[in-house]
Amino acid sequence: MPNDTLLPLRSEAMRALAAAGESAALDAWRIEYLGRKGRLTGVLRGLSELSIDERKAAGAAANALKLELESAFEERSEALRRAALAASIETGQIDVTLPARPHPRGALHPVTQTLRRILDAFRSLGFSVVEGPEVELDYYNFEALRIPADHPARDMWDTMWVDYDADGRRPLLLRTHTSPGQIRIMEQHAPPIRVAVPGRAYRVEATDTTHEWMMTQVEVLAVDEGISLAHMKGTLLDVMRRVLGPERRIRLNCSYFPFVEPGAEVAVDCFVCNGAGCATCHHSGWIEMMGAGMVHPEILDKMGIDSSRFTGFAAGMGVERLAMQIYGVADIRDFYQNDLRMLQQF
Amino acid sequence: MRVSLKWLREYVDPRLAPEELAHRLTMAGLAVDAIARTGDWGADIRVGEVVAVEPHPGADWLRLATVGVGGEERHRVVCGAPNLAVGQRVAFATVGARVRDGHTGKQSVLKPAVIRGVESAGMVLSERELGLSDEHEGILVLPADAPLGEPLAGVLGDVVFELSVTANRADWLSVLGIAREVAALTGEALREPSLTYEAAGPAIKGRASVEIQAKDLCRRYVATVITGIKHGPAPQWMQERLIALGQRPISNVVDVTNYVMLELGQPLHAFDYDRIANHHIIVRRGEDEEAFQTLDGEARTLTRDMLAIADEAGPVALAGVIGGLESEVTAKTSNILLESATFLGASVRRTSMALKARSEASLRFEKGLPPDLAMVASQRATKLLVEVCGGTAMAGCIDVYPGKQRELRVEVTRERIARVIGIDPPATKVRAVLGGLGFSARWIPPDRYVVRVPYWRPDVRIADDVIEEVARSIGYDEVPTKALEGAIPAPIVQPLRELRERARDLLVEAGMQEVITYSTTTMEALARVMPAEDLAIYPPYRILNPISAEHEYLRPTLRASLLQTLASNLRYQDGAVAIFETARVYERADLRAAVAGRPPGEEALPLEREQATGAVSGRRLDRWGRPSESPMDFFEAKAYVESLLRGCNVAGEYVPLNEFGMVPGRTAEVRVDGVRVGVIGQVHPEVAAAFDIEQEAYIFEITLDALLLLVGGVRQLAPASRFPAVEQDLALVVARDTPAAGVQRAIEASPLVSEARVFDVYTGDQVPAGKKSLAFAVRYQSADHTLTDEEVAKAQRKLLERLRREFDAELRGG
Repeated sequence: MPNDTLLPLRSEAMRALAAAGESAALDAWRIEYLGRKGRLTGVLRGLSELSIDERKAAGAAANALKLELESAFEERSEALRRAALAASIETGQIDVTLPARPHPRGALHPVTQTLRRILDAFRSLGFSVVEGPEVELDYYNFEALRIPADHPARDMWDTMWVDYDADGRRPLLLRTHTSPGQIRIMEQHAPPIRVAVPGRAYRVEATDTTHEWMMTQVEVLAVDEGISLAHMKGTLLDVMRRVLGPERRIRLNCSYFPFVEPGAEVAVDCFVCNGAGCATCHHSGWIEMMGAGMVHPEILDKMGIDSSRFTGFAAGMGVERLAMQIYGVADIRDFYQNDLRMLQQF
Repeated sequence: MRVSLKWLREYVDPRLAPEELAHRLTMAGLAVDAIARTGDWGADIRVGEVVAVEPHPGADWLRLATVGVGGEERHRVVCGAPNLAVGQRVAFATVGARVRDGHTGKQSVLKPAVIRGVESAGMVLSERELGLSDEHEGILVLPADAPLGEPLAGVLGDVVFELSVTANRADWLSVLGIAREVAALTGEALREPSLTYEAAGPAIKGRASVEIQAKDLCRRYVATVITGIKHGPAPQWMQERLIALGQRPISNVVDVTNYVMLELGQPLHAFDYDRIANHHIIVRRGEDEEAFQTLDGEARTLTRDMLAIADEAGPVALAGVIGGLESEVTAKTSNILLESATFLGASVRRTSMALKARSEASLRFEKGLPPDLAMVASQRATKLLVEVCGGTAMAGCIDVYPGKQRELRVEVTRERIARVIGIDPPATKVRAVLGGLGFSARWIPPDRYVVRVPYWRPDVRIADDVIEEVARSIGYDEVPTKALEGAIPAPIVQPLRELRERARDLLVEAGMQEVITYSTTTMEALARVMPAEDLAIYPPYRILNPISAEHEYLRPTLRASLLQTLASNLRYQDGAVAIFETARVYERADLRAAVAGRPPGEEALPLEREQATGAVSGRRLDRWGRPSESPMDFFEAKAYVESLLRGCNVAGEYVPLNEFGMVPGRTAEVRVDGVRVGVIGQVHPEVAAAFDIEQEAYIFEITLDALLLLVGGVRQLAPASRFPAVEQDLALVVARDTPAAGVQRAIEASPLVSEARVFDVYTGDQVPAGKKSLAFAVRYQSADHTLTDEEVAKAQRKLLERLRREFDAELRGG
């Protein structure tokens, strides 16, 4: 009996399966042939009329057919799933060259970005970043830095004065540099000291492509036993390399600031031409980056730091000048015009 | 300061190319800003001699000059110069020379020409045609000993260095001082100028006297008297040197004083000896309100702070600043009293600045001159007055020297040199470099030098000053680079600074562009964003000498600056503009209570607060990045504030606020934990219009000082619930003026609710007048079990009861 029943059932089921082209038809096929009330079950139910031996043989054949149909079903559903996926991928093609969805993009001001590069470099050498007030007492901006009233070095910093006079003896001013930070730190901290003091400074300055009356500066101070000019050179070289690239070189020439002795100006070899000479470095191969020097011993002593035991160095640099070099900005005044067409390039 | 190579060579021969010399000087601390060459004329411009002058047949104002240039070579050229004369040595250009046009100044190559019918193949040149000056009245007449036929470049050519002299080096404001540096740098010998002269006159004693009353302001006063001066121009060589250094020749007497000032660095003053009452000089402080006419014709009023040079009748000069009209040397002067004095730098500086009369002399005095120089310069100038002006010097000099000090000896240990510059140069090297600079260093075994400082270096006082001399002479290049050693100091943390930097990052991450604007503003701009009464009670700090009227006040708010920046960008930006700045604002110190923790003596300083202010306007971008129809609105601005606050681990509350310059009903106070930290809202259209903003604009202002006190610590992890959540939407009808945030807070405070989110606000036909519908997506979830339907139903019932009680809320359609 079984073969005459099972063989036609098999070929009919296989034909129907091949014709099922979508998942609904596939489901219907499974119910019809393999379901609890499906046709293969029906065949198995009919086995009760047979002898035990016949039942055994027929049962085995029906089970074999069941396994065969199930596996054919799996194969077919997988094929259909793949075909559907391939079709959907085919129809779902996009032009990947179309523009991205516009996301609002913000950026830090290039001066902030440059400042952070500098501060990160000093931080990695163990310097803390601290700030002080922008409106200062003459004492911090000048006197404590060995620039008393009527000192000719005051010509180096043309000062903006504020119309508030505490007691007639302490006029207020807009700090002309971030160097007051040195004094404020040494007033409150004993060596070892390593600080970088960033902030705005202001000078009465005729503005042109390389001069602004408001500027961002970083003052650096390190005081400890055994700090020499060699440590200053090493530190400033390392910072310039971290900011401007590992192949940079620095050059120090003697200079004068009342609060350091010996004093120096620090130049870095031009990173546009690598020192060969170009328009950026005015064909000198070097770009002036900062003023620096060993903290004047009289300042240390006045701050209660024994200058025969402790030495230190200080350096001050202009952030805008560096930003001009890094970003190829030709006119320093562009930084504070805040034209988004410029700012959003960085 | 300028210095000419020709003049410099009088004292030292550098034997270096000018560029190399400039480099070495710059490294040593005397910065050379520029090198200018005069006399790059080529071989076609030579020294000629006018051998004949004849009238021009075709023009009265032209003449024919025959010029010899050595040997038999003669040229006949047409010349219009009125000062042309036979026997003159002149600058003569032959065909092919590059000369400048006497009128336009343009350079061209000289060609043969026919002028009024006479051939002319060459030219006798004026200073302007040589590019030496603007002088074109007549031809340049060279000294009679100018070598005939030689290229002019060898006769007049020079190199002029433009130098930046630091404030400590008065000695570098002199040619001799620079020559000393050059000699030290190159090892070449220095030739000092001669100081000896013949004093053929009677003794000065009894014929002139000096009395210093203000001994604190005048350390030394040296006077000589020279009689029988023949007034006239200074000799050519002296004039040329003065011109090369930028000084205009005036007369022989004045030129000698200027010459010696440039040569030695000591300013001098020549008085008319016969106009000094009793020939008695008194150095004293000015009287308050004392009137005095200076030689520039100005009427000056003196004060007690000023140092006057006076005779018994009154002031004759302001010490170190400017002379008096009365005692000025004129063409009629025949007898001179020459002052060479050491005035206190600070006093000269104060006086010259107060009178706005800063001069070459005051610039030198204010840097601090050594008293020894006064004597040297007196001798040098007296010598030149005798030799150049034909005078007779009285014998001796008056020398009043109350400020005499012992010669300075500085002890420098070998250990200190190594400690400061990081290298330990051998004693021979130290002594050699110091010796080259005029110091003398004696080695005292085992460990120190005693250094004698030369008189012209009053800036060197302590060991470290000497060490700088050693370091710069060896060269900073020779100092090695070392890494900092020793313990890394404990970090110093400023929480406000850290918060500000975090605020910057958060706002940028949220999509805003940082701007940096000037710290200053105008009263007019402030009046648009601050109420007049606030500005009256809390007037902003005014800058006494602002860069311009646009920058007169220190800003107490960033609002005006941000709106100005917004306006300037909206002029060309169609799309969204979202900018912010974090910066200080300045509040009056005298109007605030003492702040704990500020050091004493600082009450005067303004309170500087950190503000983060944003401005938002323009139109949102569509999918293609084009400005869409929908404008940036309040909630856009609020999103930025939320980004900032969330990033600081705090929750913002927004309470409707009436704020000056903002639209009522579209403005809120931003609070954290009930405390005001800032403001957000729409800029009033009239205020916006005053800044030239024609569209809706929103600003926010967060005071970071206030926020800092509320910022929590680092957030600790709250594990996500492992149990499923049940989501339900809730549409509530409430009074129209009910703030959604209050309802939301009430829902979130209810049992089992883990989150509630507004997803719709509706007013219109479907809800009664005066009401609105608020739709919330409510999520119920437990941390420790799966909620049953009954639990959720019960929680919702309780929630609705509460909302009915607190907000008179009804379930919409319920």
